[in-house]
Amino acid sequence: MTSDSNREASTPRSEPKVVRIGSGQGFWGDDLEAPVRQVEGGPLDYLMMDYLAEVTMSIMQKQRSRRPEAGFARDFPPLMERIFPTCLEKGVRVVTNAGGVNPLGCGEAVVEAGRAAGVGGRARVGVVTGDDLMERLDDLLAGGHELRHMETGAPLAEVRDRVESANAYIGAVPIVEALRRGADVVLTGRSTDTALTYGPLMHEFGWSRGDHHHLAQGVVAGHINECGAQASGGNALVDWWTMPGMEEVGFPIIEARSDGSFVVTKHPGTGGRVSRPVVTEQLLYEMGDPTEYITPDVVADFTGISLDEVGPDRVRVTGARGREATEFLKVSIAYADGYKAVGTLVYAWPDAAAKARSAARILQARLDRLGLSFDEVRIELVGWDSTHGHLAGPPPADLPEVQLRVAVRAREAAPVERFTREIAPLVLTGPPSVTGFAGGRPRVQEIMAYWPALIRKEAVEPHLDVRILEV
Amino acid sequence: MDTRGAPGPASAPASDGFGFEGETARIQLVDLAHARSGDKGDTANVGVIAYDSRDYPLLRELLTVERVKAHFGAMVAGEVERFELPNLHALNFLLHGALGGGGTVSLMTDAQGKVFSTALLRMEVEVPAEVATRVRGRGRMPAGEGP
Repeated sequence: MTSDSNREASTPRSEPKVVRIGSGQGFWGDDLEAPVRQVEGGPLDYLMMDYLAEVTMSIMQKQRSRRPEAGFARDFPPLMERIFPTCLEKGVRVVTNAGGVNPLGCGEAVVEAGRAAGVGGRARVGVVTGDDLMERLDDLLAGGHELRHMETGAPLAEVRDRVESANAYIGAVPIVEALRRGADVVLTGRSTDTALTYGPLMHEFGWSRGDHHHLAQGVVAGHINECGAQASGGNALVDWWTMPGMEEVGFPIIEARSDGSFVVTKHPGTGGRVSRPVVTEQLLYEMGDPTEYITPDVVADFTGISLDEVGPDRVRVTGARGREATEFLKVSIAYADGYKAVGTLVYAWPDAAAKARSAARILQARLDRLGLSFDEVRIELVGWDSTHGHLAGPPPADLPEVQLRVAVRAREAAPVERFTREIAPLVLTGPPSVTGFAGGRPRVQEIMAYWPALIRKEAVEPHLDVRILEV
Repeated sequence: MDTRGAPGPASAPASDGFGFEGETARIQLVDLAHARSGDKGDTANVGVIAYDSRDYPLLRELLTVERVKAHFGAMVAGEVERFELPNLHALNFLLHGALGGGGTVSLMTDAQGKVFSTALLRMEVEVPAEVATRVRGRGRMPAGEGP
């Protein structure tokens, strides 16, 4: 049963159509119970879940290189096994980028999960492919697509041999196609976070890429939904000490109308708060130029947005303006860029900060005498200056304790590896009152650097494909 | 550096360069605005939102690009850009080169710039005395509350 048929049964004809899109995950690792609360806690038409951040694709690519069937958000199929029957019963369709670098593999795992949940023969999974440019990369470069770094201007050829993943940020058109073909679950790779919300709105209200202002409102709705509870009280600075019921925080729900206006709300009885200042904080999260929020389908201007509190935990959003999208898609490229490691020790009162700094000086001198060279060495005192830097001022002598955190980075693994063996010796060969070294030697991590680039749409969009898998 | 409850009215004369008439007082920005920050590559963004829409023009006047750049000093290697959102009583700052390379390259605890917001709210600003009286303590958890 699709949401369309469900709503026709439940909404009187005289009332304008309202489409409810709930947010279920704001990143891979978010509250596992949140999507369950969303589908069980009240009316909903769509559940969107964003699993991908800038670095997630390269992590998934690494997993896939070790196991060809991996490369997607592993949490997603077991989640579908839990919620699939309820979603079908209530007509909630799921739209997510959990597919990562292997949407088809994810799709097959979701089909298996559906069968295990007893919905075999009753559901469809739509899988969007074509965003993954990795296998086409050399052809694209040979064809004149230089994929220059958006900030430095350097051509990708400079790091081509170290590229681990390359995915175009794709828009909502294939999501709409999958919904039109009856998918109960739509799985994509690197679709934009916002498309997971405005795609269903395009489908429900028949909006096209030319409906700039409607789409701009959809982008705002997507920006509010894409970080989960950050729009409903989580990580909200405003009056944080008054935030109620965060142990069962309600994730945001967009109630949208065909004119593009929408209300942000959450299910009754859940924790958190949807207020003007909380929603404003989320609107500004990761904001660049607010007059040009660029997506594959529209360029949105956030400076006309009006927020009105129209009821408890209800904020009405209107006024975003849109204009035609650019000729380009952004490409998310990850490439291997050396190694790093982080070592920590805890120093106690008295003179905790002075002891930690003394230890750092001794460590640096030892690294120098070993002839090790690093691209960067960073020393922080966690508990004093690790986040606010010099703005924290000088530490007081009676600071009860502080954690020394030393991080190093180098192109080669060898100096980083040796660094990891120089932390523990400080316990017996450095300043006193030191503890907190029980975790063993620090781990050497390979760095996956991010290379943002642009590519012309016609190099990607004809390759996008939607496949429907029957559960 | 904790300046809680610190400087009261400074009884300063008319103008300190910001063009305020009458007495002024120093407060921390945390009492005038709340904020959220995030990252895009090596750039941190900080959105600063006036608690009270009446104070947005003041925020606009106080938080110039130059003052924000000076506040962060060496913490921001590149340029500072400012965008105005009068509809949300908010300013958005882009702090370029603030994240030690950004993403997984960065060695910083706050590699994603999540708390650059509160670092900016440490800024001390001089405001009309009546504003200081009205807002002082607004951005801090009252004594005796909380977990």
